[in-house]
Amino acid sequence: MITLTPKYSFKVPVDGGCITPDAFADKRLEEIAKLPVWEGNRRGVLGDLFDVEGESGADPEGVTIRLTGDFRRVRRVGAAMTSGEIAIEGSVGMNLGAEMKGGRITAVLDAGSWAGSAMKGGEIVIKGCVGDYAGAPYRGSNQGMSGGTIVVEKDAGNEVGCFMVGGLIRVKGNIGQFAGVHMKGGMIVVEGDAGDRVGADMTGGRIVLLGRIGTILPGFIIDEIRSSVRVGEERIQGPFYLFRGDITESWNGSLMVSVNSNPHLKFYKSLIV
Amino acid sequence: MMDLIIRNGFVYDPLNSIDGQRMDVAISGGKIVEEVPEDSAEVIDASGMVVMPGGVDIHSHIAGSEVNTGRLLRPEDHLKDVELKTPITRSGVGHSVPSTFTTGYRYSRMGYTTVITPAMPPLEARHTHEELNDTPMIDKATFPLVGDWWFVLEHLRDGELKECASHVAWMLRATKGYAIKIVNPGGVEMWGFGRNVRSIYDQIPPFNITPRDIIRGLCKVNRMLNLPHTIHVHTNNLGKPGNYTTTLDTLKCVRNLARGDRPVIHITHCQFSAFTGSDWMNMGSGAERIARYLNHHTHATIDVGQVVFSDTTTMTADGPFQYGLHGLTGNKWVNHDVETETGAGIVPFRYRRTSFVHSMQWSIGLELALLIEDPWKVYLTTDHPNAAPFTTYPRIVAWLMSRQARERMMGRINRKAKRRSLLKSIDREYDLYEIAIVTRAGQAKALGLKEKGHLGVGADADVAIYGVNPRKVDLSRNPELVRKAFEKSAYTIKDGVVVVKDGGVVKPVGGRTFWVDAETSSSFEATSELRQKFRDYWTVQYENYLIPEDYLLGSQRIAMKAEV
Repeated sequence: MITLTPKYSFKVPVDGGCITPDAFADKRLEEIAKLPVWEGNRRGVLGDLFDVEGESGADPEGVTIRLTGDFRRVRRVGAAMTSGEIAIEGSVGMNLGAEMKGGRITAVLDAGSWAGSAMKGGEIVIKGCVGDYAGAPYRGSNQGMSGGTIVVEKDAGNEVGCFMVGGLIRVKGNIGQFAGVHMKGGMIVVEGDAGDRVGADMTGGRIVLLGRIGTILPGFIIDEIRSSVRVGEERIQGPFYLFRGDITESWNGSLMVSVNSNPHLKFYKSLIV
Repeated sequence: MMDLIIRNGFVYDPLNSIDGQRMDVAISGGKIVEEVPEDSAEVIDASGMVVMPGGVDIHSHIAGSEVNTGRLLRPEDHLKDVELKTPITRSGVGHSVPSTFTTGYRYSRMGYTTVITPAMPPLEARHTHEELNDTPMIDKATFPLVGDWWFVLEHLRDGELKECASHVAWMLRATKGYAIKIVNPGGVEMWGFGRNVRSIYDQIPPFNITPRDIIRGLCKVNRMLNLPHTIHVHTNNLGKPGNYTTTLDTLKCVRNLARGDRPVIHITHCQFSAFTGSDWMNMGSGAERIARYLNHHTHATIDVGQVVFSDTTTMTADGPFQYGLHGLTGNKWVNHDVETETGAGIVPFRYRRTSFVHSMQWSIGLELALLIEDPWKVYLTTDHPNAAPFTTYPRIVAWLMSRQARERMMGRINRKAKRRSLLKSIDREYDLYEIAIVTRAGQAKALGLKEKGHLGVGADADVAIYGVNPRKVDLSRNPELVRKAFEKSAYTIKDGVVVVKDGGVVKPVGGRTFWVDAETSSSFEATSELRQKFRDYWTVQYENYLIPEDYLLGSQRIAMKAEV
């Protein structure tokens, strides 16, 4: 286990792209402290910004990194990691686990925007809230999260799972607008309430809403009512309205909305043919 | 500036018929000279290396509004390819649409010294020249899009060739352009009304002329103005199955305008215009037929527009074609209408080995280059960034020089395309002399740039030295060596200054911009009618439309005596 603690409170963003089990594996503490870090536009080394304690493992799989203190201005923690574990004992900044391929990241409090951006595998568990664009790709790209799991115990912001291709995002609290926008595959499960325009432009994949939603986009057509839905190993009991869409692009996306939480949508029952 | 002697290199200088002789090249005052005093000159030991004139690229979209819109459209393209700042060079980003400074550095690292950006909407000339000013390391020129200009179409409709010629001369001077560029003649104008043309014989209703009239009219104008380059044509029906007939029609329609052996037309990125078949399932290669035509005629040149499998950004003034491409890929796109002048479209695109069509395109480009016997008629381009970024040139050089490299690639492409490809039956391998023709000498000759593309006395001292020894290794069996050598030049010399050493920029320099001033006997006067038209139809007034010469950094005026 290696523990990192900030030496002072950061005023500008810090690029923590080197804080990964892959970069720390098979290195002595002094070597780890020499890894390059950007603080704003200044190039420094990890040891200048953080106290580094503990010891590393021979290969990434055995490495656990513990982050204590205020990491809210530290970005790209766990970027592109392939295995091992990062345990964050507070909040963390933007791009947590961006493009990660494997391993596990846990955060006791919140994470910033772009958590799990374009991730390919592994697991991110956040006990607090996340910002916007969880699992979304880099601006302009159309390949978002393609594998792995993001679990958010509280709320998530806008455009969760933007351009998502595969994997699972599970939000236990509420969610902002445009969840699953441009989604092509994978699954988003929201246990709380959802903002509007869910699934805009989706061409595949599935969004499951257990809480309340204001309106369904007109691009979604009611198909039938299902009694339950399977999420991984688990089966969640409904009933659910099953919508297909977004028909401005395709019929292959599926949007499942809890019947019981949404009495105002009951007119859709009469539209089922 | 110190004198330079490049010693003992194997010199390939096709314009002076030098084919790999071991000799010295002397440079003084930015020019190639007969000899320089040895004791005061800096000596570059090029023994065991290849010495060529600096590379010339006849068609590469490196600057202008459409390139910049491509940059805006593709943030993900910047993320992939980042160049950090060094003490002497600037930072930059972009794989298929790199920033201006990065563009200059990358060309220079490959030994290129002259690059033409071929599609400038006249209205956006100012923007184009601002970007060209910011593109270091290389000399530049730009072709204004004339083929769908209202004035030109009106003059051609009324049969006023002389007026048309003086108008084009004025336009070249006003926008600081170099040659006449024609894109999908008539089609771009029709696209303004949501339509396109299907052949060079279709009527363009508002003007009652056909694409054929535009091509022939501007070809005559080109000759009347005595412009250094021929008309530079992007054909109708580009990128559609069966379009090779349109290309042949285009070539044939100006045949009787040729005088002697001088070419009168340049078909650009010909690969996109050499498809047979009637739909995407049965499309095939028309390269053989186009090559056969060119092998029997002297009035035309082409550049290839070679596809390399990669992620890139397509951009052209051919709006209707780009709309089709957007429909095909479902990708984001930009449509751009330039008032009364032209249009443009931009679509990100990935060429995949597994795709039948893309693999066919890859094959067609190489077939064209290999089946046209005379290398002076065919030039290496990728229509950067449409078929691939210019940074892939070294790979294409390796394919041209090595059958083995082509076969290796052929084993990895779509199987149906492999069956249909003619490449298996082609044994030809380029030698370095021919490579020097298709990458510099031929292009300089076609452009009429007399001081580029050769190492004769009086030429600009633009030299590329590549670290590969053709006497020691069989290049056709070592395509990897070829690729590596052409990727990073051992030395690039620009105007007598060593600017790149071992593939790294050692001295950033600016570049010049060439433009043509065709001197007509009666100077063009802006009539009140013209000014009124600008007031009625343009967002830019006539007075602001003209680009003053001092707007260009390193303006290089080329005066031509016109016949009108």
